[in-house]
Amino acid sequence: MNIYAAVYNEEHSNIFDMSQNYGKQLMWIGTSILIAMAILIIDGKFFASFSYPIYGTILLLLLVVLAVAKNVQGARSWIEIGSFKLQPSEFAKFATSMALAKYLSTLNIRMQDTKTKLTAGALILIPMAFVLLQNDTGSALVFCAFIFVLFREGLSQNFLIFGFLGGVLFVLALMVPAIILISVIGSIGLLSYILMRKTKKNFITIALITSLCCGAIFSVDYAYNHILQAHQRERIEVLLGKKSDLKGAGYNVNQSLIAIGSGGFFGKGFLQGTQTKYDFVPEQSTDFIFCTVGEEWGFLGTTVVLLMFLALLYRILFIAERQRSTYTRIYAYGVASIIFFHVMVNVGMAIGLAPVIGIPLPFFSYGGSSLWSFTILLFVLIKLDSYRMYVLR
Amino acid sequence: MSNTSGRNQQVVVAGIFTALIIIFIIRLFFVQLIEDSYTVSANNNVLRYMTDYPARGMVYDRNGKILAYNQAVYDLMVIPRQVKEIDTIDFCQLLDLTKEDFLDKIKKAKNYSRIRPSIFEKQISAETYATLQEKLFKFKGFYVQPRTIRKYPNNTASHVLGYIGEVNDKLIEKNPYYRQGDYIGTSGIEQSYEEELRGIRGVRIVMVDVFNREKGSYKNGVYDTVAIAGANLVATLDADLQAYGEKLMANKIGALVAIEPKTGEILAMISSPSYDPNLLVGRARSKNYGYLLKEPSKPLFNRAMQAYYPPGSTFKLTNALAALQEGIINPMTTFPHSFVVGSKSVHCHGHPPIALEGAIQYSCNPYFCNTFRVFVDNNKFTDSETGYNTWRTYQESFGIGNKIGVDLPHELKGLLPTTTLYDKFYGRHHWKASTIYSLGIGQGELGITPLQMANVMCVIANKGYYYIPHIIKKIAGKTNNTRNLTAKHFTKISESNFKVVQGGMQKVVEAGTARVAQFREVVICGKTGTAQNPHGKDHSLFVGFAPRENPRIAIAVMVENAGFGAEWAAPIASLMMEKFMYDSISRPDLEERMMKGNLIHIINNTLEKKSDDVDAQIIGPSLHELLPELNINDWNLNQFEFHALITTNKKTCPENKEKKTPVCLIYNNFNWIYKIEKNEYFI
Repeated sequence: MNIYAAVYNEEHSNIFDMSQNYGKQLMWIGTSILIAMAILIIDGKFFASFSYPIYGTILLLLLVVLAVAKNVQGARSWIEIGSFKLQPSEFAKFATSMALAKYLSTLNIRMQDTKTKLTAGALILIPMAFVLLQNDTGSALVFCAFIFVLFREGLSQNFLIFGFLGGVLFVLALMVPAIILISVIGSIGLLSYILMRKTKKNFITIALITSLCCGAIFSVDYAYNHILQAHQRERIEVLLGKKSDLKGAGYNVNQSLIAIGSGGFFGKGFLQGTQTKYDFVPEQSTDFIFCTVGEEWGFLGTTVVLLMFLALLYRILFIAERQRSTYTRIYAYGVASIIFFHVMVNVGMAIGLAPVIGIPLPFFSYGGSSLWSFTILLFVLIKLDSYRMYVLR
Repeated sequence: MSNTSGRNQQVVVAGIFTALIIIFIIRLFFVQLIEDSYTVSANNNVLRYMTDYPARGMVYDRNGKILAYNQAVYDLMVIPRQVKEIDTIDFCQLLDLTKEDFLDKIKKAKNYSRIRPSIFEKQISAETYATLQEKLFKFKGFYVQPRTIRKYPNNTASHVLGYIGEVNDKLIEKNPYYRQGDYIGTSGIEQSYEEELRGIRGVRIVMVDVFNREKGSYKNGVYDTVAIAGANLVATLDADLQAYGEKLMANKIGALVAIEPKTGEILAMISSPSYDPNLLVGRARSKNYGYLLKEPSKPLFNRAMQAYYPPGSTFKLTNALAALQEGIINPMTTFPHSFVVGSKSVHCHGHPPIALEGAIQYSCNPYFCNTFRVFVDNNKFTDSETGYNTWRTYQESFGIGNKIGVDLPHELKGLLPTTTLYDKFYGRHHWKASTIYSLGIGQGELGITPLQMANVMCVIANKGYYYIPHIIKKIAGKTNNTRNLTAKHFTKISESNFKVVQGGMQKVVEAGTARVAQFREVVICGKTGTAQNPHGKDHSLFVGFAPRENPRIAIAVMVENAGFGAEWAAPIASLMMEKFMYDSISRPDLEERMMKGNLIHIINNTLEKKSDDVDAQIIGPSLHELLPELNINDWNLNQFEFHALITTNKKTCPENKEKKTPVCLIYNNFNWIYKIEKNEYFI
């Protein structure tokens, strides 16, 4: 449990330099502790039993958001309650983890069944769609992380591989002209057929995969040009190096890299970061918080932070695997996946390895909803874990 | 499903997590530790290098009078982004601008940068500054930045002091010290002592935020450097003497150089016509510069060390010294009263038969033509070429034909022909003393700068050596040691040979051609020169030093197209000597005649062509091929056009008395002529 505390402490150092946000964040931390305590008091069985109602409520909230929310930086994802703003999409992740856990832990559910796959898929995709409708692409993408949960629960590894290949194909489709790519894939298909022509079944599979790939390429091209919004297209282009626009779309990432890169090994020291202190990196208290770490604490700091995240993830996986309750295990995997995805995208974006997608770094970024949601995610897990001895298989 | 059934999946998930973190750490390793460019970019982002300009060093004359100092001026700066809600009408009235001007200037500034300051109005006057200062608080986004410009309070010595100008891109590329907008000395002392005068620029590093607002000094200023003011210089010039000389030379074209023989310190260096050095300072600089450049009398040209003048009779002195040293003649040697080469002959002005001293006193042309011929064609040399080279080496030891090394830029070598030049024109072994005899009397293919003439006077005054003439005595209170100024440069003439020459020069003033130069009871040594040239009247020349024992001043004066040496150059030189030695003038009438003398109307910068003259076109070796031999460098070429002309006319080519051989002249629109008698190179 020390890890959580350690990660928590780290947060202060990076919030200090934002005077006006610092106070608020302290308050958020305070309330988070209250929430954590409340969760620890609640009976462990509560969560399992109320998974679906919570899920339902959050879905409802998401709909409400769609109806009433105001536009903040292009996304309509905030509900205003008094002077505070709440972001239900943050809590949707938690609710979805619970609902998924609840569903998959039901007896006689087998991942191999098509019905199971479809239901689980629906549980994930419905909130994802709602969040997407709010124009909050970043948060929506987080739901992709549940693929790890499904994989752990018996989903074929092909899904992971196909997902990965799909990603590669997507990037290639953008980088390489369609005709070249298709001819390359075609020849690979032909080659593999010649090598394995013994069975007829192979031929069909290969033909299917090849044509699927070609179809995918065209649809990527189409989707890229017609479905994605201009700013998203730009961000991807900048990341792929097709475009270097240091004043426009590439500005964030470039400045972020400059901030992190100038940190060196030991960093410039606490509060000495010139890049971040003088606002060269936009959104540095939220999405680009990792820059502050990089600039002020250097390579040492970034490595420690990343290793701590890794330790946290290991710890969660370890907790997951010692559960007798399938529900808790699945839920724990959900938590791990979500945190992992956040770290992957947020840090990846700060160091120029992922497109700019605005999602917070767990426990670091400024923002109440995110802090609350991660607190809830973690402490529900702690509570469930503390119940493991009482739960029967 | 059980825990164990998920074993593989567990490992895969944990593996993916680990792999990603490792990828991130590797990436960070490269970004943070290997790649430097990010640190550089970060510094570029946040650090602004503010320059503190040091005050340029002042220049004093030898008596402590200020020759150059700095005057504060004010640049009105603007930061377009901060300009808000100002009373444009009031503002425009203050600065005497129209609204269009105002908008235009703002637009220009915006084009440069919205957040960085740029100059709105250069060098606003002190009065405007005073009124503006009171109201400046109303005009947000504007501020005044003090700067200094150069001032030359005495309006004298413009060629010596030079001027400063803004650096250009080419120079910035060559010398990384300079940045856009910096000033640099581009002529005179300002150029040759640029490094001492400019001081060392200070740099203040400040941090700025994304809106370019200052956020304090970087690391508490440990990397800041303080501006170090430029060194003050003490020049060897005597400002009063210089100003007096400029008055004497007013309305004349020519040059004057006065040197203290026992130190090589230049007391006065005048090139006339001159210009007010303050014209080349401040806002009107480029306009004035263009005007001066176009002026036909070339006021920007420093004749004192750049003009190639025929030395005329003054050259007889070094000829005599060379012949004495080589044992060709002795003080008792006499020559016939005429010198005849083929159809050409040189005659005397009519005086009793004389030895060397008398020949100097009466400036006897046949005597020195004969001396030169006897020297060059002497049996002791294998051929004329060797004889000529020996003679030439003596001349070179006086500092003729080479740069003397004065501490001013753009000094020219002058022209002391090499055998190569004659070989080119006449063919190897096709020339001898009789071909080039006019060198003996300082005519022909000779170009000597007034500085070199004055330096020869130093040599004669010192009986055998000179110090490098120089213009700066002290740098920041210490003796100028940028050059070796204390070394004696010995000529090849032994001390004993100077006695007879000095004696002749004394007689020149006491009883010869320059009696007009006599003043008080001072023993003056001098020599007049009346150099023929195709521009019109002869050049009037005088060289000399005074007093003969413990000489204090050596001088060379050249007045173009003024007539006899005794008519203008000798009186001017004499007045300069008296002014320097006594600080008062005992001959006010002479002084008045010199100062009032206006010789500008005589000057005709183009060659006086006669009806039978033909414009020549150069064939054979092109002019450019000849130029290196003529010591005319590119710099010279850029400022002056060169022409060629074939003439048989006596008036155009005075030496050609018999009107027989056509002579080709190369001349520029201002001064030196080169004549070539072999016309196969020209049509």
